[in-house]
Amino acid sequence: MSEKQQVTLMVNGTQRSLEVEPRQLLVHALRDQLGLTGTHVGCDTSQCGACTVLVSGEAVKSCTMLTVQADDCKVTTVEGLGDMAHLHPVQEGFWEKHGLQCGFCTPGVMMTTVGLLKHNPNPSEEEIREGLEGVICRCTGYQNIVKAVQYASKKLGEQESEVEIASAAPRAKA
Amino acid sequence: MAQVFGSTLKRREDPRLITGNGQYSEDIQLPGMLYASVLRSPHAHAKIVSVNIDDAKALKGVVAVYTGKDLQGKIGTVPTAWLPPDSNIQTPPHEVLAVDKVRYVGDGVALVVAENRYVARDAVDLIKVTYEVLPAVVEQEDAMGDGAPVLHDGVEKNVAFHWQAGNATDEVFDNAEVVVTQRFRQQRLIPNPMEPRAATAQYNPGTGEMTVWATSQNPHIHRFLLSGILGIPEHKLRIVSVDVGGGFGAKIACYPDEAMVAFAARDLKRPVKWVEDRRENFLITTHGRDMVLDVEFAGTKDGQFTGIRVRNIANMGAYLSTAGPGVPTILFGLIVPGAYKIPYAGVDVYGVFTNTTPTDAYRGAGRPEATYLLERMVDLFAAEIGMDPVEVRRANLIQSHEFPYNTAMGLEYDSGNYEGALDKALQMVGYEDLRQKQQELRASGRYLGIGVTTYVEICGLGPSQVAGAVGFQGGLWESATVRVHPTGKVTVFTGASPHGQGEETTFAQIVAQRLGVPFEDIEVVHGDTNRIAMGWGTYGSRTTPVGGNAIAVAVDKVIEKAKKIAAHMLEVAVDDVRFEDGTFNVEGAPGRSVSIQEVTLQAYLAWNLPQGVEPALEGTAFYDPVNFVYPFGTHICVVEVDADTGEIDLQKYVAVDDCGRVINPMVAEGQVHGGIVQGIGQALWEGAVYDEQGQLVTGTFMDYAMPKARFFKQFETAFTETPAPQNPLGVKGIGETGTIASTPTVVNAVMDALRPFGVKDINMPLTPERVWKAMEKGRSQA
Repeated sequence: MSEKQQVTLMVNGTQRSLEVEPRQLLVHALRDQLGLTGTHVGCDTSQCGACTVLVSGEAVKSCTMLTVQADDCKVTTVEGLGDMAHLHPVQEGFWEKHGLQCGFCTPGVMMTTVGLLKHNPNPSEEEIREGLEGVICRCTGYQNIVKAVQYASKKLGEQESEVEIASAAPRAKA
Repeated sequence: MAQVFGSTLKRREDPRLITGNGQYSEDIQLPGMLYASVLRSPHAHAKIVSVNIDDAKALKGVVAVYTGKDLQGKIGTVPTAWLPPDSNIQTPPHEVLAVDKVRYVGDGVALVVAENRYVARDAVDLIKVTYEVLPAVVEQEDAMGDGAPVLHDGVEKNVAFHWQAGNATDEVFDNAEVVVTQRFRQQRLIPNPMEPRAATAQYNPGTGEMTVWATSQNPHIHRFLLSGILGIPEHKLRIVSVDVGGGFGAKIACYPDEAMVAFAARDLKRPVKWVEDRRENFLITTHGRDMVLDVEFAGTKDGQFTGIRVRNIANMGAYLSTAGPGVPTILFGLIVPGAYKIPYAGVDVYGVFTNTTPTDAYRGAGRPEATYLLERMVDLFAAEIGMDPVEVRRANLIQSHEFPYNTAMGLEYDSGNYEGALDKALQMVGYEDLRQKQQELRASGRYLGIGVTTYVEICGLGPSQVAGAVGFQGGLWESATVRVHPTGKVTVFTGASPHGQGEETTFAQIVAQRLGVPFEDIEVVHGDTNRIAMGWGTYGSRTTPVGGNAIAVAVDKVIEKAKKIAAHMLEVAVDDVRFEDGTFNVEGAPGRSVSIQEVTLQAYLAWNLPQGVEPALEGTAFYDPVNFVYPFGTHICVVEVDADTGEIDLQKYVAVDDCGRVINPMVAEGQVHGGIVQGIGQALWEGAVYDEQGQLVTGTFMDYAMPKARFFKQFETAFTETPAPQNPLGVKGIGETGTIASTPTVVNAVMDALRPFGVKDINMPLTPERVWKAMEKGRSQA
């Protein structure tokens, strides 16, 4: 294997320095090295979106990005989205509207939703369903995920808050 | 107190899951942990000539490499745990790692254990195997044919079992006024829970204890079976499955992988983790359905059903999976007459080995296949005699006053109001107007279709005596312990093993209502064989009807004991004490009362207990149901088929389900939503495809069409509530109804749209190409 490289990531607001193989996937740095196990791996072809995180504020599938590519970037995982004392409106929406069952795809779907609402704060139902193209949920039938996104959209609109959550007082867990 | 049972409460599973604090099997990190990866056969059928592991072993970071021969004599084979009676069932050995022969693409050949997951995968690529490739057989009918390759020595024509049931004779069909026959192909499906399987095993050489964190729907069954394979006694083996990312039947079976990972952990005295990637999940985790069904359906010209007979040739894959043989036999055959008064019914089932992934339960397991063929036949029969599909159903549905109803397959249906659900669904969808609209649109060359299914299903598996009679190698009762702590807080231990269905919430609702303690004061524990006495797990929509009722009985035991203590505290006779909403009152003496919390504290202090009453307060129940439960309902779908492209537009979907008393409407509705989407997935998009060499062509999410959000509009769902008469809570199951009902509903709708083209049936999935071809054929024959 090629030599390890030094990378620095700003993960959920905390600077983390890691030594990684150049081939290492970002999701494995997050899960195995930083212990942020909220981000999941559901496939190996970039279809399911369970591994979605925010890199520099954009939703990215972390199984499709190398850790070295995220060098010097801000990374936000579900652990940094909000905690029970301060739930992000997207987390609140998924809880209120029963937008999850087994919960495995949920972190990725929520991070995708954050990205979706950043670019389209008031999506129609059709736009939400289109916007969820990059995620697969086997449990919910999507109906309540759509409702959760609508809830979050409304709540965020009411708060007139920035969806750019990376700057919004994230909390490091690991 | 406020009504808790029957109310929508937010799920208490969610806070951990929406903040990244869940604990799935892959999340387990242990000091010194190693990673495992499995070399899998690239051939569907081949002899193993040699395996060279030298290069793999030499790779830096590799700790061990095991082949099938290395494990021989040190580990048992993977058992089959459902043996249908009188079926001449053949259970050839299923080695944990193949020794002489591989029988499907994905069969394990060698196990690598390394310092990290990347090295483990590198090492797998360095193992050199010489195979002598043999002819493969993929289709079950081919496998039964003359000259087909034989998978297992001594299993003639690859027939694993042959099972028959029912009372349908030739006479019924020979003398019928109308007989409709049809062949249906229930295509193979891939369950695809979003969490792949995973196992992390840790062995303590000092105590001899083995812990396996595994993706399981039934940890105690896994303990039972793995104990046998590994030779580790049950009391030294612990299976933990706290958060499981969906199962849909695919996490019932006992697989080779969990066993070999545990073997390696014991052998190497270090923890070992194995995580399936999605490609492996497609190849090695059990598939579902895959049946060829030939149906004869008899009735009278005025629309009375008189008989149904089915020959089912079921593809079992290369080995008989844990519960696999029960699916096309018992779970399929017994429900073939469905919701109708059909005096004669019969099934003739062959289970066949092929060079494919083993099949086992997939959401609904046998019941979707039976419901599909029945509901499709009802529509074909209605068309044959020129009757409206709703009216022909109405004329044959079992009436609400006819319960309990004994069927031709020997079941006793518990309760129902089938016509009530039908009427509600018809009203929700606006059936009469739709038929009118259909006529109008047809006149302008547009093809609207309306599909209806009036189903009943069998679930709540099930009375243990019946389980034994039908060859299931286990009991099907359930355990519950309700432990009230000194401060009045409650921990509930259930042997059921929910993995997304929400029973941490709904079971707490059961206890809150029955014991009269705040919902917030109750915690539900599941998925750990060291914390829970025994359990049979979650499948067959049994968790609430069996596990939930076990909790109700355990609560009643708590109340019974608490009542004695309360009477002692109140200085009255036990018979004078009434329990209501968490308070023990003295009959006829308002104001004289003690709360369950006050009683509990005294039970633990034990300073002054009535004679013969032991300290502490908890109740344990081992609840064995007296019957299955039979949820039912009506689903209706409206589609429009594009006459130029064959594309199907799902315009409206209405579901009315009856699962007895509903504990949490939001959670129940969620189960219906997910089930509908999986069922429609089968109807329109999903299907496993093998090529002739036994290569799985649909082996990734790029090739296997998983339903996505944009495929659907909103569904309209509703419940009717006909209490289950044979269990304390009055509940039935709701986990599988959506999958059971929606597949025939959608296909019936498409076939209804295509009636002007004379199309009778199209194999699922109904892709635009297949639909277009069927229309073209109709157009050319017109």
